[in-house]
Amino acid sequence: MDPIPYRRETPGTQPPALWPDYRSTVLRSPRKPLIALPHSLSEVTGPIFGHDRLQPNDADLTSQHKERPIGDRMIVAGRVIDENERPVAGTLVEIWQANSAGRYFHPRDSRDAPLDSNFTGGGRTITDEEGRYRFITVKPGYYPWGNHPNAWRPAHIHFSVFGPSFVTRLICQMYFEDDPMLRYDPIYMSVPSDAGRKQLLAKFDYELTVPGFGLGYRFDIVLRGRNATPPEADHAH
Amino acid sequence: MRSMPFGGSYVPETPSQTAGPYVHIGLIPKQAGFDIFENNFGGDIAGPRVPGERITIKGRVFDGAGLATRDVLVETWQANAAGRYNHSADRQQGALDKSFRGWARTGTDFATGVYTIRTIKPGAVIGRKGRKRMAPHINFWIASRGINIGLATRMYFADEEAANAADPVLNIIEQPERRKTLIAPRSERDGNVTYTFDIYLQGERETVFFDA
Repeated sequence: MDPIPYRRETPGTQPPALWPDYRSTVLRSPRKPLIALPHSLSEVTGPIFGHDRLQPNDADLTSQHKERPIGDRMIVAGRVIDENERPVAGTLVEIWQANSAGRYFHPRDSRDAPLDSNFTGGGRTITDEEGRYRFITVKPGYYPWGNHPNAWRPAHIHFSVFGPSFVTRLICQMYFEDDPMLRYDPIYMSVPSDAGRKQLLAKFDYELTVPGFGLGYRFDIVLRGRNATPPEADHAH
Repeated sequence: MRSMPFGGSYVPETPSQTAGPYVHIGLIPKQAGFDIFENNFGGDIAGPRVPGERITIKGRVFDGAGLATRDVLVETWQANAAGRYNHSADRQQGALDKSFRGWARTGTDFATGVYTIRTIKPGAVIGRKGRKRMAPHINFWIASRGINIGLATRMYFADEEAANAADPVLNIIEQPERRKTLIAPRSERDGNVTYTFDIYLQGERETVFFDA
């Protein structure tokens, strides 16, 4: 029996590789068509991570250093599900972000904005049986970048998720609804549909908000799901 | 929600976004210059007791201007020396070594652009239809600034000439010239085996990337 393949990308849902408004894609986008690969064991398997390598503080970006970082403390939580709306349990979720002043703790970010020695901006966790994850962090600031005159990134958090196989691997960015910078951002706007862009927006969530501690934001992530029957035929590729 | 060709509906995958230039903070923090996690994932993945031939993979990732990039995340996924993946979907009999996860992560170096992975050479993996084995290969996935959707490719081994010639995936690639972009030459020095796998994002030598 061949492994059950994963569904292919739904046309019109993912950003194109070449998106000249985002200048860095011009020299980094492949120009030849991708070659469709029928799914073998190499594609439907992928790395499995246990809890053994993680520490509790890995998911709390506000307690990784001596003191608390400066900024609006917040909870970011949600579920990782697949396209068939099944929970993706036990999968590694990693995040990284700028500090509340919009500066990354990174040797290549030399912007004139303060670093916070209590905030390095990286975190990771593993989803529970229902696909749920939860991070504590501070709200990232805006920052300017050199893509075009007066370019500013909207506030965002980078997410990296694995899922059960090599083909479910995903890196995306979480934004905040009602952010006025979104429509000017070529990275966000590279997503071709309104529905797709909405999938990248975290929503304020009163239920996730912890009294006296911080506001809650909900961000769910959808990974590729398995195809329904009938199984794909050889000639489909 | 989209309607499915076979009835029902599904929610499409969340859109991919570039990993940006600061990917190291979240995924390879040591390269960003700090060390907050007790255990880091890395590019040196075969412990002393893992069976198999020790190999080093080195390479660079070139952009369309021919420059070696210095901010690309490189991840690899492979079977063990017996050709078995450490994953429940691989139901082959025999030699599963739980101590070998089979997954590596590193980045192209800020100064040299070179990435380095230390691992073991995988065995031939069972192919589709359950009969024909695929030539030994390592699955690659790269992401960075300027890459909107992570790119998937495979590295094959130049010393596996007969297996490569029969490989069902290499043979999907129509032009034989392009197959060569996936085959890494082998070199030996002082008993150390190195495969060189350079990736070209664009240009005449553009690497074959897969819609996987």
